Amino acid sequence: MLEPVTDEDGAPFWAYAARGELRVQGCARCGELRFPPRPCCPHCQSFDDEWRLMSGRGRVWSYVVPHPPLLPAYAALAPRYNVAVVELADAPRIRLVGNVVAAPGAPIDSVDPARLRIGAPVRVSFDGALPRWVPERS
Amino acid sequence: MTGALKDATAIVGIGETRFARQLAEPEKTLACRAVLAALDDAGISPAEVDAFASYTMEETDEVEVAKAIGAGDVTFFSKVGYGGGGSCATVAHLAAAVATGQATVGVAWRSRKRGSGPRPWTNTAVQLPTPAQWTRPHGLLRPADEIGMLARRYMHEYGATRDHLFNVALACRNRANQNPAAIMYERPLTREMYMTSRWISEPLCLFDNCLETDGALACVVVGAERARDCRRPPVYVHSAAQGLPAQHHGMVNYWNDDPLTGPAWTAARHLWKRADFGPDDVDVAQIYDAFTALVPLSLEGYGFCGRGEGAAFTEGGALEIGGRLPLNTGGGGLSEAYVHGFNLITEGVKQLRGTSTAQVPGAATCLVTAGEGVPTSALLLRS
Repeated sequence: MLEPVTDEDGAPFWAYAARGELRVQGCARCGELRFPPRPCCPHCQSFDDEWRLMSGRGRVWSYVVPHPPLLPAYAALAPRYNVAVVELADAPRIRLVGNVVAAPGAPIDSVDPARLRIGAPVRVSFDGALPRWVPERS
Repeated sequence: MTGALKDATAIVGIGETRFARQLAEPEKTLACRAVLAALDDAGISPAEVDAFASYTMEETDEVEVAKAIGAGDVTFFSKVGYGGGGSCATVAHLAAAVATGQATVGVAWRSRKRGSGPRPWTNTAVQLPTPAQWTRPHGLLRPADEIGMLARRYMHEYGATRDHLFNVALACRNRANQNPAAIMYERPLTREMYMTSRWISEPLCLFDNCLETDGALACVVVGAERARDCRRPPVYVHSAAQGLPAQHHGMVNYWNDDPLTGPAWTAARHLWKRADFGPDDVDVAQIYDAFTALVPLSLEGYGFCGRGEGAAFTEGGALEIGGRLPLNTGGGGLSEAYVHGFNLITEGVKQLRGTSTAQVPGAATCLVTAGEGVPTSALLLRS
C-alpha cells in the first residue's frame, strides 16, 4: 500500500493523525479553516495558522469502487474496497478522501460497497496515521 | 484592447498521423510528421515558422521540432500545463502572439504514445506530495477514480443515470463509425454492450473511458490577412479562454465550495464575453471527453443548459447529427483517439471547412473545449 508522501504544509496533519487526532489547518487571525493545508490564508492572507481539533464526525459526500487495472496492493483488494470523500460535520466545506471500514482497524475492503450511501454518517478512526471512516448508527 | 483577438487570426493548416494502439515510430518522429503535414496543408514553408506552442506534458520540445523541420528563427514559444486542459490554450497562445505581432506563423502540436507507453498513475516511485498525499494512500489512484467520484455525486444530486452517460458514449461511437481514421471505425456500440461492460471505477464502466492512443496532431495559425492567401479556407479564432477557478485543485476538485461547477464555468464566462454569438448559435461542438461524465458538466458550464440539466440535455438524440448540438463528430477521445484532446481541435477545423466525415450541413461556428476537471481552455472557431 502507498504511504503518504508529505510536504511541509501537510506534515502537521499527518503528525496529529499519527497521535489519533483529526486536526484541520485554520487561520489564527480570521479563523477560516482551509484544506489542503497551505502557507497562508486565502481569506485574509495571514501566515499565522493553528491546527483545530475536529469532532471526527462526517458524512459520505461521494464514493467510488475501483476495479483493475490498479497498483498490485490495491488490485488484490478490488473490487471490494471503496474510496469515499467525507465532508466534516464541523465544517462541510472541508472534505477528506478516505475509506469507509466496518470497524476501527478493519481493512479497507471490510464494507460491502453495495451498503454505501451518499449522506451516510461516519466517524473517524485511525489506522496508523491514516484516517478511516466507520459508519455510525443514524 | 477588448476584442483584439476576435477573428484576428485563423487556423489554416491541420495535420495528423495515423491513430493506433501502437505505432512503431518515436514521439519526436510522429511530432515532425504531424507538423509538416499541417504546414503542407496550409501551403506554408517550414522556414516561415517562428512560433511554437504545446503542452508541458509534451516530450518533444520546440527546440527539437524547430531543428528537425527546418524552422527559421523562432520568436515565440509557449507550453501549457495541466494535461488535457492545455489543448485549446496552445492555439490561444499562438493567436495572441500573432495578433500582437510577436510572430507570424505559429504551430501547435501534440505527440503522444499513451497506447503503448506507460501511464503516469502507475508510477509508485515518484509521488507528487500535493495532492497525492491526500488521495493515493486511500487507493484513489487514477483519473477514472477521481472523476468517478464527481460523477457519482452528480448522479446523486441531479438524478443523472448511466443511460445519460451512455448517450454520450454512443454519440461519440456513432461518429467514429463514420470516420475511417477513428480507432473505433466499424465497431458499433449498443446499449447492452455498455450496460454489461466491465467496471473501471464504479460508477464509470469501460465505455465511459477514453482510448489510450499513439498518434500526433498539429495545426498552423497565421494572421487573418495572411490566411486569405493560404491553400485552405481560413477557420478564424473568434474567441479563446483559459480557466483556473478560485480555490480549484486539479482533478480532485472536491475542495472547492462547489465541486460540480468546475473550470468550464470560468473559461466559459470569458469565452462568451468576447464573442459575437452565444451557445444557441453554436452549430457543432467538440467537448473534451476523457470520461463521459465530463460532457454533461461541460454542457452546463458552457451554457448550453442550466445547472443540473446537462444529463437531460443528452436525451432524444441531442448530441447526434441532426440533433440540437452534434458532438465530437470525429469520434472524440472516447472513440476516435485520445491524444489529450488535440483531435477535437482538428475536427473542429474540418467541420468549418465542410470536410468532416460526419459533416453538420452548413456548420459555421464550433466550440472546442479542453480537459474539464483540470485548469482548462476553450476556443470558439468560425468559418
